[in-house]
Amino acid sequence: MYAFLTTISTWAIPAIIVFIPLYAYMKRVPVYESFVEGAKDGFQTSINIIPTLVGMMVAISVFRASGAMDWLVGLMRPLLDWFGIPSEVMPLAFLRPITGAGSLAFTTDLIKTYGPDSLIGRIASTIQGSTDTTLYVLTVYFGAIGIRKGRYALKVGLFSDIVGFVAAIIICMLIFV
Amino acid sequence: MVNAIWIFMLVVGFIAAAAQGRIEAVTEAVFDGAKTGVTVSFGLISVMVFWLGMMRIAEDAGLLKSLAKLLGPVVRYLFPDVPRNHPALGFIMSNMSANLLGLGNAATPMGIRAMQELQKLNPDKTTATPAMCTLLAINTSSITLIPTTLIAIRMNFDSANPAEIVGTTLLATMVATIAAIAADRWYRSRTKSPPHTQHHESNSVPAGP
Repeated sequence: MYAFLTTISTWAIPAIIVFIPLYAYMKRVPVYESFVEGAKDGFQTSINIIPTLVGMMVAISVFRASGAMDWLVGLMRPLLDWFGIPSEVMPLAFLRPITGAGSLAFTTDLIKTYGPDSLIGRIASTIQGSTDTTLYVLTVYFGAIGIRKGRYALKVGLFSDIVGFVAAIIICMLIFV
Repeated sequence: MVNAIWIFMLVVGFIAAAAQGRIEAVTEAVFDGAKTGVTVSFGLISVMVFWLGMMRIAEDAGLLKSLAKLLGPVVRYLFPDVPRNHPALGFIMSNMSANLLGLGNAATPMGIRAMQELQKLNPDKTTATPAMCTLLAINTSSITLIPTTLIAIRMNFDSANPAEIVGTTLLATMVATIAAIAADRWYRSRTKSPPHTQHHESNSVPAGP
């Protein structure tokens, strides 16, 4: 099953990139002109994201570099110990929604330190793979089209991050312990 | 809420650094973060330019319409207020498919393109519509069939079974996505026909993105 899924994953992009233009060409679409026409917007769209992304990255960077997170994790440690949850994975609860690269680095470090087949390694892998970086997705998607009032989108994203985090821990503890 | 989180991270970071007597870390972190923001945006350019070109071909060939029709019922359930033949639906479908296959760098341009189409239906160009919030709910929880990056990392560290987390990840991501869609539905129903919708419309900004 896994080998099958991996094959799909590696073949998907090359197959799509050949199929779309070929199909369009047979439908008499001027494929190259269409490509260039659509591609034009790519630059401006990326540039539109800069202000929102710089603003968000600055706050995230200050928060991480200051050691504020370690302090927050320390506050929660007694509660986790009580449930028998390894508190080593706790920083991921804060890192995962705010920085994809940061939480991936942290997960890699946990896997390196405790081993990929330890409970900590398995929980960290599952958390990392189960949600996307909410703050990044919101910043980029809203930033690209100039939305300043995101309504309840952030609340929904963070809520699903919490649910995903708790679900990852419970599922791993049920399956691997 | 984004304002609160932004100021929270800055102020708590400032206090924590000051308490540890290394306030200079804040200055360094500010410019590091700013640089990351610009680097990431520039890194997006190549991906955006390529995929937006590819998507235009698909659009011109009518492929997006077929895709939207194919998975119509699901999309109509999730996006009841987007007209049935609107181009946004095709982009939403391609964004969801790319996410499912774990094609992260293709999913973002398609998602942004979907947002641009949804923006055309938006009376107030600075405030998100419910459809935009639903699209974000799906993307932030993002169902992924194969967490390829994690499997590669586990392989690097000699895991006996690198792929054993595929099942647990799939379960967890499904739970997160169901939670996101449920929460989105709940908020959406609460904001149905609120008195301030009229207000927003009268205040609508004429300019584009």
